[in-house]
Amino acid sequence: MSTHVFKPDLPPPTLSVGVVGWLRANLFSNWFNTLLTALALYLIWVTVPPLIQWAFLDATWSGSTRSDCAPGGACWVFIQNRFAQFMYGFYPQGLRWRVDLTVILAVAGAAPLFVKAMPRKLVYGLAYLLVYPWLAFWLLHGGPGLEVVPTSQWGGLMLTLVIAVVGIAGAMPLGVLLALGRRSDMPAIRVICVTFIEFWRGVPLITVLFMSSVMLPLFLPEQITIDKLLRALIAVILFEAAYIAEVVRGGLQAIPKGQYEAAGALGLGYWRMMGLVILPQALKLVIPGIVNTFIALFKDTSLVIIIGLFDLFNSIHQATVDPAWLGFAIEGYVFAALVYWIFCFGMSRYSMRLERRLHTGHKR
Amino acid sequence: MQNPASEPSRRGSMMTDPKVRAWVFQILAIGAVLGIGWYLFHNTQANLAQRGITSGFAFLNNPAGFGILQSLIDYTEGDTYGRVFVVGLLNTLLVSVLGIFIATIVGFVVGVARLSPNWLISRLAALYIEIFRNIPPLLQIFFWYFAVLRAMPPPRDSHALGETVFLNIRGLYLPSPTPAEGFWAFIVALVIAIAGCVALARWARVRHENTGRYFPVLWASLGILVVVPALFALVAGSPFHWSVPELTGFNFRGGWVVIPELVAITLALSIYTAAFIAEIVRAGIQAVSHGQTEAARSLGLRPGHILRLVIIPQALRVIIPPLTSQYLNLVKNSSLAAAIGYPDLVSVFAGTVLNQTGQAIETIAITMSVYLAISLSISLLMNWYNKRIALVER
Amino acid sequence: MKTVKTTLASVAALAALGLSVPASAGTTLDAVVKKGYVQCGVSDGLPGFSYTDQKGTFLGIDVDVCRAVAAAVFGDAAKVRFTPLTAKERFTALQSGEVDILSRNTTWTSTRDAGLGLSFTGVTYYDGQGFLVSTKLGVKSAKELDGAAVCIQAGTTTELNLSDYFRSNNLKYTPITYDRSDETVKALEAGRCDVLTSDQSQLYAQRIKLANPDGYIVLPEVISKEPLGPVVRRGDDEWFAIVRWALFAQINAEELGVTSANVEQLAKSSTNPDVRRLLGAEGEYGKDLRLPKDWAVKIVKQVGNYGEMFERNVGQGSELKIERGLNALWNKGGLQYAPPVR
Repeated sequence: MSTHVFKPDLPPPTLSVGVVGWLRANLFSNWFNTLLTALALYLIWVTVPPLIQWAFLDATWSGSTRSDCAPGGACWVFIQNRFAQFMYGFYPQGLRWRVDLTVILAVAGAAPLFVKAMPRKLVYGLAYLLVYPWLAFWLLHGGPGLEVVPTSQWGGLMLTLVIAVVGIAGAMPLGVLLALGRRSDMPAIRVICVTFIEFWRGVPLITVLFMSSVMLPLFLPEQITIDKLLRALIAVILFEAAYIAEVVRGGLQAIPKGQYEAAGALGLGYWRMMGLVILPQALKLVIPGIVNTFIALFKDTSLVIIIGLFDLFNSIHQATVDPAWLGFAIEGYVFAALVYWIFCFGMSRYSMRLERRLHTGHKR
Repeated sequence: MQNPASEPSRRGSMMTDPKVRAWVFQILAIGAVLGIGWYLFHNTQANLAQRGITSGFAFLNNPAGFGILQSLIDYTEGDTYGRVFVVGLLNTLLVSVLGIFIATIVGFVVGVARLSPNWLISRLAALYIEIFRNIPPLLQIFFWYFAVLRAMPPPRDSHALGETVFLNIRGLYLPSPTPAEGFWAFIVALVIAIAGCVALARWARVRHENTGRYFPVLWASLGILVVVPALFALVAGSPFHWSVPELTGFNFRGGWVVIPELVAITLALSIYTAAFIAEIVRAGIQAVSHGQTEAARSLGLRPGHILRLVIIPQALRVIIPPLTSQYLNLVKNSSLAAAIGYPDLVSVFAGTVLNQTGQAIETIAITMSVYLAISLSISLLMNWYNKRIALVER
Repeated sequence: MKTVKTTLASVAALAALGLSVPASAGTTLDAVVKKGYVQCGVSDGLPGFSYTDQKGTFLGIDVDVCRAVAAAVFGDAAKVRFTPLTAKERFTALQSGEVDILSRNTTWTSTRDAGLGLSFTGVTYYDGQGFLVSTKLGVKSAKELDGAAVCIQAGTTTELNLSDYFRSNNLKYTPITYDRSDETVKALEAGRCDVLTSDQSQLYAQRIKLANPDGYIVLPEVISKEPLGPVVRRGDDEWFAIVRWALFAQINAEELGVTSANVEQLAKSSTNPDVRRLLGAEGEYGKDLRLPKDWAVKIVKQVGNYGEMFERNVGQGSELKIERGLNALWNKGGLQYAPPVR
């Protein structure tokens, strides 16, 4: 008896596999698609080669003055020349190691928190949160044992990071309280929180910064003066707290009612119920949202240019006005854009990864 | 264990009663808020009085005495600060409306392109989104204003389009219409045409409900809107005189000028916001399950109709709420105009007027309330719209 | 909740570090002496008036005015700290006590003197508003500027003068306003506007910021009076007098021929009673101001007399090369005049 032997499958038609097949499926599936592809290719052709030409091929990478720069290409010498200022502002040259150390400590200190197997993460995290800010403040500002560097000399990327990090760290606790208040059963508390949140969310950050710089001093009793940077920080914290509150509220709403009831049935009071049962779950849910708020805040720090603080963006903008380097605004802005972009894009990727990892079934 | 029921208020201090506690807590909170408010108010009062700083809103009636670059209403230097406020507000609204309009269109196009089966197009759209939403809007405004528009030629070497439209560093100069003899006939024609369109739309809907047949309302309406006024204009004469910009002295005179500040801020804000809108649109369309498309196709609907009648109405429900907050962001971001000298509310009112009068508290308070009011009205409007398109459960 | 309390306490403590509360609510002078330095509000970058060099040291006339006050109060012109302020912030900063003196090329006007709770102590620089144009325009007089686009700094008296001038001469203009003066310069250079208007002193200062200063000229018209001077909070006459007399001492010193080079010698050996009174060799005139006897010596020694200060910062000894003009002494055809010390 002869067994029937299947013939091996024929290979798919050459036009539907490999590069050609992929091209056909993705780029030239019908006339409209082909047209779009042509359009896109044209767009790329128009923009990319000149850009590469300008940014890399014709660019000047080394030198010391503007005269070293070849016309027609980007002059990265300008960035190189001012790089230290963009990073540290007017922070005294000899003391810049303190800024570096602050950053290194931040990264080194926070790194264990990202190790999954780390034991006693919570205790470590809390300790870190309590110790680090003091350490950072002491290192940056000076004080016992260190030369004082007034905040008017802070600047560049360092100031941007200070505003963003302090802003979000300060806004977190306030935002959580506001979110709890907004979902409270007590009408007065709710009204107060809703008013607060909607007020700050309804006005532009610029006016808030204006307010902090020209009105805050009039609100306080005579003889109390607040550092300009601190005023800006207060404004940023109040402003961001309202946004954090809304993010956290979303998390609170996503916690099923059963959790509240179960916690209540165990005899937990309000604060314990929130602190031990609800918030840990809710906050975990909204970590991506908080990262997104942080990204928005990071971009918004550029607005302090309006009240005359020299953050990364303002440092760069100032440098483009310098007569010794006139005409390199584009290089300056491109560099600024690149720095902001790297931070924001990095964080948004991280937030997306978190979102996937934390997708533990509470959603929807 | 004790039985709470048998011993009602043994430890019965008032504080264990949740109701009482809630009251106490609320009274304390209100007290604290009032206290803080009073403290700030008191300090401010004391500071103002002690230092002899003028306060009150009387300054709104004083003449401003400075010029403003762009004004949608008549404004001269002799007008009051109150009018300056209106000019600034209108300029803010102009940027907001333009920005929202352009951002919505670009955002929808990019959002749909992001989902395109064409690999290249979808990658390009993704690139657009990732680049522009991760760069601070202020930086984008500066880029357009200082790097791009500053590179335009001086007035004497303007790019010209047929001797009527000019582009230079001072802006885009367009011919402007002024009413001529046929103006009123034109207005009448326009009213008639609009009425005709409404009637047509109504008739088409009734017919569709009765017979199931479609009528191309959009194209027909466009036709009516063009043809009727054109006929009237033929009969009654041209409705407008065109004032063409002309280079006299240093600058172009006559016509409309779109100032570069407006262009920069509108472009930057539209492009920035469009990146967010695109993501919202993509998410919205993806939220409509594929079964809907298949079901619609099996009913025999054409692709255009599937999109218009099945996908978009459902996607809109997901899209509208986040879209609203993007619109609000755009309005708030329009205050960044102050950084490049576009005469918006923040720039002329919270900036120049504040400086001239020194009345920081009043000007900032007014400015903030305006933004609050705008935010609130956009939210209300969009909530109303959202409710209108919400799923009606049967 | 213990952690909550700890956090709150640390937040409060952190805030307290930033808040500085001078313990005495007394006079400005007491407060200044107590903290050990004069806090001075200056401009955020105007060559000749207030700018920083490579090392971040503040220089300029406005800066020297504050240094003179520090020299009078502490005998040390270095005991002063500077706060760069934008045009927008300047008055609030002074009103709220953030700075003790505002010395920021600020024009003395009735509103500012009366309505803002401030007092101008004198005039450090008699200025007037002028126009800076590109030579390419071929304009010789401001009267030819009909239809021009004009760059101005927002919220200054300049903005008001400009509109007055154009209106009274029946000319039209388009105002292009920016928050910061360097942006107006940039705009002029790029051709966004035809003319830059500002106080003449600033025009000279800004001209040297241009890539091609020779391509631009300052038009002859001066369209306004801009007396620039230091400002203090109203209501503290003692501090007001100190700031006022610190400047008067410099002007008197120039008039009497006292310079930083010869001041110490003159203090010992001069026979001119005016000089002897000024330098504290005769009488106790510093005491009335609650200042040390040799207050004027310290000022002149460390900051120089008015003429020296002028020439060093904006005059022939500087890049700006501004003529004395209105700022010459009254007996040399100018307006600088100080009441006598006696």
